[in-house]
Amino acid sequence: MPGKLKAKIVAGRHLPVMDRASDLTDAFVEVKFGNTTFKTDVCPKSLNPQWNSEWFKFEVDDEDLQDEPLQITVLDHDTYSANDAIGKVYIDIDPLLYSEAASVISGWFPIYDTIHGIRGEINVIVKVELFNDLNRFRQSSCGVKFFCTTCIPQCYRATLVHGFVEELVVNEDPEYQWIDRIRTPRASNEARQRLISLMSGELQRKIGLKVLEMGGNAVVGYLQCFDLEGESGLVVRAIGTACTLDKLSSGSAPNTNTHMHPNTAPASNACNSPSKDGKEPVFVEDLPSSSGPPTPFRALPTSSSPPPFSPSKPCSRQSSSSDTDLSLTPKTEEPHSVRCRPGIFLCPSSPILSTDTLSLPGSGSVGCGRGSNPRATTSAPLSSIQSDSALLRKSVSFTEDLLLAASGMGSGGSAGKEAGPLRTLLRQQTQTALEQREFPFFTLTSFPPGFLLHVGGVVSARSVKLLDRIHNPDEPETRDAWWEEIRQEIKSHARALGCHAVVGYSESTSICEEVCILSASGTAAILNPRYMREGCLDIGCTDHRFEEPSPPNCGFCHIPYDELNMPFPAQLTYCYHCRRQKVPDVLFTTIDLPSEAAVAGKGCLIQARLCRLKKKAQGEANATAISNLLPFMEYELHTQLMNKLKLRSMNALFGLHIQISVGENMLLGLASATGVYLTALPAPGGIQIAGKTPGDLSSEHISSIQKRINDTIAVNKELYQINPPELAEEGVGSPIPEPRHRSRLFRSHSESSDELSELDLSHGKKDAFVLEIDDTDAVEDIHSLLIDAPPPTGFYSCNTENMPGISNWTSGVQMFTSVRVLRLSNANLTNQGLNKIFTDLCENLLKSFYFKLRSMIPCCLCHLNFTVAVPEEELIQVTVTAVAMTYDKEQTQEKTAEKPVNKGSLEAEEQLQFPLELCADSSSSNIQTASKISVSLFTPAAKLCQNQLLIARSAGVGESTNMSPRAASVDYGSFADRCSTWLELLRLKAHTIRRGSVKTSRRTQSLAHSVSSLERCSPLQEGRSRSLRSSRSFGGSSVTVVKMTPLSFLPGTRIIKYLGIINMFFIRETTSLREEGGVSGFLHSFIAEVFAMVRAHVAALGGNAVVSYSMKECVFMENPNKNQAQCLINVSGDAVICISETDQESSASTANTGQTGGSETDGAT
Amino acid sequence: MSVELDVFVGNTTIMDEEVYQLWLDGYTVNDAVKVRMEGGVMDECEASKDVLLSDTMDQYRTFQMCERLLHSPAKLANQLLFQIPPHRQIMLIERYYAFDDTFVREVLGKKLSKGTKKDLDDISTKTSVTLKSCRRQFDNFKRVFKVVEELKGPLVENIRQHFLLSDKLARDYAAIVFFANNRFETGKRKLQYLSFQDFAFCAGQLISNWTVGAVDNMVEDMDVDLDKEFLQELKELKILITDKDLLDQHKSLVCTALRGKTKVFIEMEGSFKNLSRGLINIAAKLTNTKDVRDFFIDLVEKFIEPCRSDRWSAADMKLYLTHYTNSAHILDTFKHQVVWDRYMGVVKSCIFKMYHD
Repeated sequence: MPGKLKAKIVAGRHLPVMDRASDLTDAFVEVKFGNTTFKTDVCPKSLNPQWNSEWFKFEVDDEDLQDEPLQITVLDHDTYSANDAIGKVYIDIDPLLYSEAASVISGWFPIYDTIHGIRGEINVIVKVELFNDLNRFRQSSCGVKFFCTTCIPQCYRATLVHGFVEELVVNEDPEYQWIDRIRTPRASNEARQRLISLMSGELQRKIGLKVLEMGGNAVVGYLQCFDLEGESGLVVRAIGTACTLDKLSSGSAPNTNTHMHPNTAPASNACNSPSKDGKEPVFVEDLPSSSGPPTPFRALPTSSSPPPFSPSKPCSRQSSSSDTDLSLTPKTEEPHSVRCRPGIFLCPSSPILSTDTLSLPGSGSVGCGRGSNPRATTSAPLSSIQSDSALLRKSVSFTEDLLLAASGMGSGGSAGKEAGPLRTLLRQQTQTALEQREFPFFTLTSFPPGFLLHVGGVVSARSVKLLDRIHNPDEPETRDAWWEEIRQEIKSHARALGCHAVVGYSESTSICEEVCILSASGTAAILNPRYMREGCLDIGCTDHRFEEPSPPNCGFCHIPYDELNMPFPAQLTYCYHCRRQKVPDVLFTTIDLPSEAAVAGKGCLIQARLCRLKKKAQGEANATAISNLLPFMEYELHTQLMNKLKLRSMNALFGLHIQISVGENMLLGLASATGVYLTALPAPGGIQIAGKTPGDLSSEHISSIQKRINDTIAVNKELYQINPPELAEEGVGSPIPEPRHRSRLFRSHSESSDELSELDLSHGKKDAFVLEIDDTDAVEDIHSLLIDAPPPTGFYSCNTENMPGISNWTSGVQMFTSVRVLRLSNANLTNQGLNKIFTDLCENLLKSFYFKLRSMIPCCLCHLNFTVAVPEEELIQVTVTAVAMTYDKEQTQEKTAEKPVNKGSLEAEEQLQFPLELCADSSSSNIQTASKISVSLFTPAAKLCQNQLLIARSAGVGESTNMSPRAASVDYGSFADRCSTWLELLRLKAHTIRRGSVKTSRRTQSLAHSVSSLERCSPLQEGRSRSLRSSRSFGGSSVTVVKMTPLSFLPGTRIIKYLGIINMFFIRETTSLREEGGVSGFLHSFIAEVFAMVRAHVAALGGNAVVSYSMKECVFMENPNKNQAQCLINVSGDAVICISETDQESSASTANTGQTGGSETDGAT
Repeated sequence: MSVELDVFVGNTTIMDEEVYQLWLDGYTVNDAVKVRMEGGVMDECEASKDVLLSDTMDQYRTFQMCERLLHSPAKLANQLLFQIPPHRQIMLIERYYAFDDTFVREVLGKKLSKGTKKDLDDISTKTSVTLKSCRRQFDNFKRVFKVVEELKGPLVENIRQHFLLSDKLARDYAAIVFFANNRFETGKRKLQYLSFQDFAFCAGQLISNWTVGAVDNMVEDMDVDLDKEFLQELKELKILITDKDLLDQHKSLVCTALRGKTKVFIEMEGSFKNLSRGLINIAAKLTNTKDVRDFFIDLVEKFIEPCRSDRWSAADMKLYLTHYTNSAHILDTFKHQVVWDRYMGVVKSCIFKMYHD
């Protein structure tokens, strides 16, 4: 019996009148957890009942604790008829399950009814006593922390980033069950709410299990979504980044060196779980003896001999996971997907497959080696090795890391001795290893400084699926396979960009009837191997030799791919910062602007909006139509983004998020990003207007348009204060010729990068971006470009965590959600007309925000998150959540230059003992010449109908007149010069590994120690949270002020404690729409109610803010004729305690007094 | 193409005081937009009419949702639905319970009943306060009246605590409740020159001197009703006009004191008996509820009007009443000094207040 849950019902207030006769209510409460129910006494004739119940105790498994919510129902006692329900409160117990978070949930909760909304409040106290369960086979994962925040949470330090975790659970949607025909809407809604709550709990528990398996203790960037598939079911899925986090005790940051070693050492070889530790020594021992490519693999069998393994625990796990893997052979599931792949499109995965075949001997031998391994434990890694890049497995990616390490070692060991041809083979092997790291994805969007080495560009994949074709709708396999497919695609796109990892990764769906578009996107990147060596700082003198230290403020812009074989047409120049490496002319990413990046001026929100009509159709025809439209939409969105970027005289996009939403008769595309001028990149050229044929349009017309554009650019430069530091136009960074002009056949390795500089024929200044006006559509397009009004003075906007160019925030914070639904009454709409309507809708929304928030000027709208949907045939819904923050205008100019840097370095110290679990990847990042695939952007001319797309960071799409996709070519570019450093790395790694193996036991000890110390210090924390609570109640108002923000921080405050994740799902329904003020009135009060419930839960946890808040879902359905409407809302965030930066000391003292106060109250209770 | 749904919800509820006032004043959304446009908000943020309309609608909805809470302001502080900073809460309440003097003047002393409510549209046209606003104000009066009616303890304090109003506003409401409870006649033509503030002042005087709570605030009774015992005792004052000797004595004392101090001495001397009779008759009749209602009209008819026709200045009036009151103390056969003071204190200050054009 691993846990005892205790709940006490204290009182109620503001209850509704349930008895018309007396104008009063006879309320009592049912407390339910799992299958156990307790009841309080009836408190007769009161709207403010005092129950003061006993402690209701539930003795339950911790598995249930994680899955189930505590369900509190308030009822009105009725002697003669059935008791009437007043409403319910669901309390998620999860925050009580890890020792660092909240210790008690206590406070006033709104009593919520899905038909009537909030009906009064109830005061509840909940506690959990957890007994430590050391059972290895447990199914619970209590103690794993979850964070919605997409960066390393404040007050934590990541000692290890394990990588991608995902999970998906499916259930029948109660709304579609037969019983729904006979039950009340209320019962149906409640069944749904409860189910989703249960599924979320289950999902979180399962992800937690994966994290534990990987040896982590937390999930950062946790993104949970649900798909209402209708008939085929209800899917709850989540992705996240598994990490090992260390709590930073405030003020004791410098202890890192001594304390870190036990952790970082194993970390550096990508292992933290016992099973992995067990295998590491292998490489250490083998390394000296390895003398050729096959050696490391041959050496593998010996790995079984070293005794200090503890394989028993993960054994069952892994085999079970591999079981599921095997069932997931994706190709057989194909029939559901509608996909046609014409030869025209250069599918990036095909060239990679060819490299795979090349390297097969290598990986094959690995497989054999493992096969001969007598231990059954290795069966899981084995299976993953044997399958090639197409392998689909549930992600337990740590096994991959190990394998990567293995093959990396092998090739490295050999590299020293082998001649040129072999090197290519080696590289391919490393490449294979990379491919076998299942999903090197990170849901994080901002990283500690120096973590990102290079950024390749945005990779995205979409897939259209038919939901009614799922064989076994109640099982997750099919959906798993779908996502696997997409992730593979993403992975191969990243590889095509020469990158080994994808950061800022996210997934989404859009469902209309039986058609479902699955989308995933991220930013291809190379991560810094330095963090893998952190553990062996003592050997560190060799550090600097590894790579030329690329300057932090421009390094990430440097291209990761080979300039001779660029995956897409782009103009490369030497970095305007360091003049040493190549940078593209434009950079698109899905991540936040790195804090150390050098920017000029301010950033701004850039949106591309697009509507496409489509014919109504059913089933496959419909899916095909949609997949045919997708590439054109992506292309146009991309062109729009590019044009708007140029128009603002900027050269990089961050936080790019492209949403494509499907409706019955149209597709909506919305791309949002934050534009910025990176000083490392070349200044953007202007936009040139050209008539296709001189006679078509009068040249006057063209020149007037040209003038308007030029004026706009000039105005924008002024507006965003873009004054690049060095406007000196020396020809240093002259663009290299278009790659397609050059031969891209195999180059000999002697052609190293030195030679490249000779080839740099000066090609004149950057070309202006040419827009051709060949028909009226084009004129429309240009007009629409110019429609976007700049924000009024005093306002800035962005959709990222940080506003480029503003850092001196003051304390004003206003989070808001806005929903607008437009009805298209006009039946004969054209694409152009729709576009205009859609664009106006978005622009008007922004204008409304500016107007409403005008009292906050100077202020910036941050994290503007637009979501579009087509809820019905003629409706367009846009939902926006953002936060307005005030800043100090006076200091902006002076401080922007220094402040981010200072902050960055501080953070670096805090966060960066940070060995990434990527050893093999690290080595490969030095041998970054992976197989090169040239990826052409689809152009409308090439009749594309593939449904999965790669939008690589494609600079200069607009000018890519080159319609014919280039053939894939494998390039063995230059890497000889890097080989030596790479060998160094390997040697270092060997040391690390040796150290790691020694350290393992120590690490477990320290873990045990830390657990006990946590237990010891928990009363203090309890005391602190209590003191906060009590001090609140002394204040004039009895309601805690809870701030909410979609960002990971609150300006002017420091987060001292994360209390747990908030993940809530509500349904609201009405059958008296008119009486509730129509649709707007209905939704307005519902959103306000959701906010209220979030705030109440946070306050009950002892918190005073929600960070990383987001509204994942806002599904609104109406039937005005029946006077009905229904809405579903899903919100999430991290509950935190934050204190003002200025009064930290005073709060520390109050915490002390609070502690004593807290212990007193402890005694009393 | 039409906007089907448009909402904006802030974590901290956004409220524009100007729009709030327009809402309170009963403007329709469209009228409010017009007023705002004329007010020049549009220039502030390059807003268009649509933006203004959308904003106004949002705010109106917010206010409508808040209205329920404003009916019992104490709830506003501990409700969870809207996160409103305390100073904003105070503003919301204060403005919601604020009223137009012109409107209140019309309903002052009337029974706060459905019947009166039906007359609101007439009042609305008469005062050019919108009907919606009239209703809100009327309902506020009624609500406060209902809550306070049954409560023990000091009236002003009760109102302040239950409705979280400022002292000034609480006093005004006390006056309104007091007038409504005692049904004082204020609507007669002769009383038209008096403002609400004049009456509110008088009500304050009456409440603090003539109610049960005035003498002993430990008493369990409310102070919306006049002290019955006191009203009975007032009959004793009749002796001042029925006893010929006493009346003459009183007159000579007053005249001696006034001689040479005022230009209207002749008139004062001449009308002394009439005026004194008037005031004391008012006092003696107050046991009748009907006469209580006519208290103010009586004051005007029996005292203020005669004085005014004799062209007394306000200073003359003060002088006269002061000596009139004080001289009674010197009358050795007059035994009801306490009652006299309690009566004259209030009457004196009421007349001071009411003696203007």
